[in-house]
Amino acid sequence: MYAQMVKSTGQGAKTRDEMTDEERDFQDRIDADIKIEPRDWMPDGYRKTLIRQIGQHAHSEIVGQLPEGNWITRAPTLERKMILLAKVQDEAGHGLYLYSAAETLGVSRDDLTAQLLSGKMKYSSIFNYPTLTWADIGAVGWLVDGAAIMNQVPLQRTSYGPYARAMIRICKEESFHQRQGYDIMMKMAQGSPEQRKMAQDALNRFWYPSLMMFGPSDKDSVHSAQSMAWKIKINTNDELRQKFVDQTVPQADYLGLTIPDENLKWNEETGRHDFSEPDWTEFFDVIKGNGPCNTERMNARMKAWEDGQWVRDGLLAHGRKRAAANVAAE
Amino acid sequence: MATPDNAALFQFLLRMGDNTLILGHRVSEWCGLAPVLEEDIALANTALDLIGQTQLWLGYAADVQGEGKTADDLAFLRDVWDFRNVLLVELPNGDFGQTIMRQFLFDAWASIMLARLQKSSDQTVREIAEKASKEVSYHVERSAGTVVGLGDGTEESHSRMQAALDYLFPYVGELFLSDEVDVAMIQAEIAPDPASLRAEYDALVAKIMAEATLTVPADAYVHKGGRSGALHTEHLGHLLAQMQWLQRAYPGCRW
Repeated sequence: MYAQMVKSTGQGAKTRDEMTDEERDFQDRIDADIKIEPRDWMPDGYRKTLIRQIGQHAHSEIVGQLPEGNWITRAPTLERKMILLAKVQDEAGHGLYLYSAAETLGVSRDDLTAQLLSGKMKYSSIFNYPTLTWADIGAVGWLVDGAAIMNQVPLQRTSYGPYARAMIRICKEESFHQRQGYDIMMKMAQGSPEQRKMAQDALNRFWYPSLMMFGPSDKDSVHSAQSMAWKIKINTNDELRQKFVDQTVPQADYLGLTIPDENLKWNEETGRHDFSEPDWTEFFDVIKGNGPCNTERMNARMKAWEDGQWVRDGLLAHGRKRAAANVAAE
Repeated sequence: MATPDNAALFQFLLRMGDNTLILGHRVSEWCGLAPVLEEDIALANTALDLIGQTQLWLGYAADVQGEGKTADDLAFLRDVWDFRNVLLVELPNGDFGQTIMRQFLFDAWASIMLARLQKSSDQTVREIAEKASKEVSYHVERSAGTVVGLGDGTEESHSRMQAALDYLFPYVGELFLSDEVDVAMIQAEIAPDPASLRAEYDALVAKIMAEATLTVPADAYVHKGGRSGALHTEHLGHLLAQMQWLQRAYPGCRW
């Protein structure tokens, strides 16, 4: 998932005593792992939180095309170009499933797009970092898609049916994305001195931003309790971050690359890695719009939307003419 | 049937593969910037198919050349004067209307050409044409549909599409010119006479443009020099500078 800091109700999870009868029935269904479907009754807060979360995820897929698109025209071989095109195409497709899932909650794709362009809705902080060398495309697949998968696999069991089903399809494709990223890293790490330098540099720049993808530390994560009670969120941010670090460290070792964290070490007692927290000041700066690429990303989306207005208008007008002609013919 | 001349066959295969390579590159420039999400998907898919076809055409070209090169060597290590694509595909994308008009004008030709190539005397050419033909029949359906939708849409979309057609049509004629390479291909029954595709092409374009309420320019000038390599546009060098940069800056690496 590419959702961070999704606002929930702003309060902790309701206790059973605080719930209305409807809310209690709803919670019972969730606790019994019965999926909630679009026509079912749901608390307003559940609907709103899901719209924010699914919307943010969809926007991330769309904005996420840009840092990779930055390298499609410079991909070093025909095969790499094809793989990257297929990956970006998948991402646009993920955006489509997710906007469709959000539409079942009563919000249109155009409305969500307007909220993205006005800055009211966010996308994942990770896409505000630049892709500077070809190795960055490897690092994005390996680390960014790796972190996304870590988040998304549990969401296949999320309580909202259309979201869970979208996530099942998305996860299948994401694991291919991660493998291709790791494959690029292998080639780079085993390549010329310059290629190895690019690979290490990419890891240095993408490590902490990838850790930030899981959102702030649990102690600062104010929206989690209600979302977890509703099974919109399955694991805490810190749980997933730990799992990601534990999975990634041996992969970096295998590549012969060094994770840029002096405090990173295996802890025999906990059976996990100890590691440094990312710089949360940087994270909040990026979220506020001050990341290295926030302005470029938003300008690119804005330009695409504005330049495309005549196309959307033209195709709609044609559709109306055709519908009118069909009616007249009947 | 004459024995195919390898040098001529190589040139023919470059023409096929360079067309798809350069057009695929141009279409891929749209990544993440299309007017609507469905178009992002469709454009990426089209570019992907074209680059896939490139691998087949240039892969076979490298085999025929017999110098131990690969499709990647041909794509990434030749300079402008060795490229054999028509000028139409190297023109900049312009607005979405120009991109989709160029796509239709190319797809219409490719759909007819690939149908003919399925009867080639060369088995590999036949096999590539058969595979590519399936993809191109979808491409032409989609690009034709979009040209019709935008031509017969709003006043603005209509005038943009007419401007795109007026700009691009002088680059269409090159697809139907022939030279000694084509003569060798015709004699060996590997490929048809380019001029023999023209009537079917004109009929298809006329039909779609009529539906799109657009006017096909009469007596358009024919810009040429791409498929012979004699005179490319200034645009191709910039495209190659971007496409070939990594291979040129870090030669001999595996990626």
